[in-house]
Amino acid sequence: MIHAGLTHFLVISVALFSLGIYGVITRKNAVMVLMGIELILNSANINFIAFARFGNFGLQGQIIALFIIVLAAAEAAIALAIVLNIYKNLSNINVDEMDSLKD
Amino acid sequence: MTTYDIIFYLFALVTLLSAFFVVTNRNIVHSAFYLLFTFFGVAGIYVMLGADFVAVVQLIVYVGGILILLLFGVMLTNKITNVDIKSGTIHALPASIVLGLFAGALAAAVLNTKWKIVASPETSSSTVSLGNMLINEYALIFELLGIVLLIALIGAASMARR
Repeated sequence: MIHAGLTHFLVISVALFSLGIYGVITRKNAVMVLMGIELILNSANINFIAFARFGNFGLQGQIIALFIIVLAAAEAAIALAIVLNIYKNLSNINVDEMDSLKD
Repeated sequence: MTTYDIIFYLFALVTLLSAFFVVTNRNIVHSAFYLLFTFFGVAGIYVMLGADFVAVVQLIVYVGGILILLLFGVMLTNKITNVDIKSGTIHALPASIVLGLFAGALAAAVLNTKWKIVASPETSSSTVSLGNMLINEYALIFELLGIVLLIALIGAASMARR
């Protein structure tokens, strides 16, 4: 175990991103897919802040991380409204059963 | 091995372990509660990187807002009385193989790159400078984001009411 540096934070970000993608593509429930997307956005934020800390870019990375957090809040609100509408129409929210456009 | 490293590995362990449980747990409510620990761990990592204000915003917005929204979504779209809250997985084995290779490739790329590390000067707190940047050079983006958030929330409310 060496002193925690830039690569440590980047490796954590890679692992979080992969877990988020895994959640998005394997879970059936639409709310679980949203949780996977939140994990992906968090890993992107870790990347931005790590490069802002170790790359001497000032605070621009932290500003962009704040903007990403705001957009994630907007995305979660819209996506949950869509999920509620789907539940009203199909009475389940399994993403593999939303295929009524195919008929 | 300094105290900084010990705290870093603690936060990393909390984040990755709870993220793993989020995506593998069959019960959606348990997943949402594990997501709480993931957000706390990520906030700790932000603090380790010297981003104290972003860490607090992460706690307020994610834990106080998005997680509650997700729990509302779980509660409103499942029959709690029936045991229908479990959610299956599809293609778990091929997905884990492909994503294991993907994560390995990304991690190898990260570890083999010669990053040019320029240590930024140690600052005591980033809040004052972040506030100055938000009302000076990023003022337009700040206002636009406020409008985006307002429109998104109005749209979400009107969509959910219909």
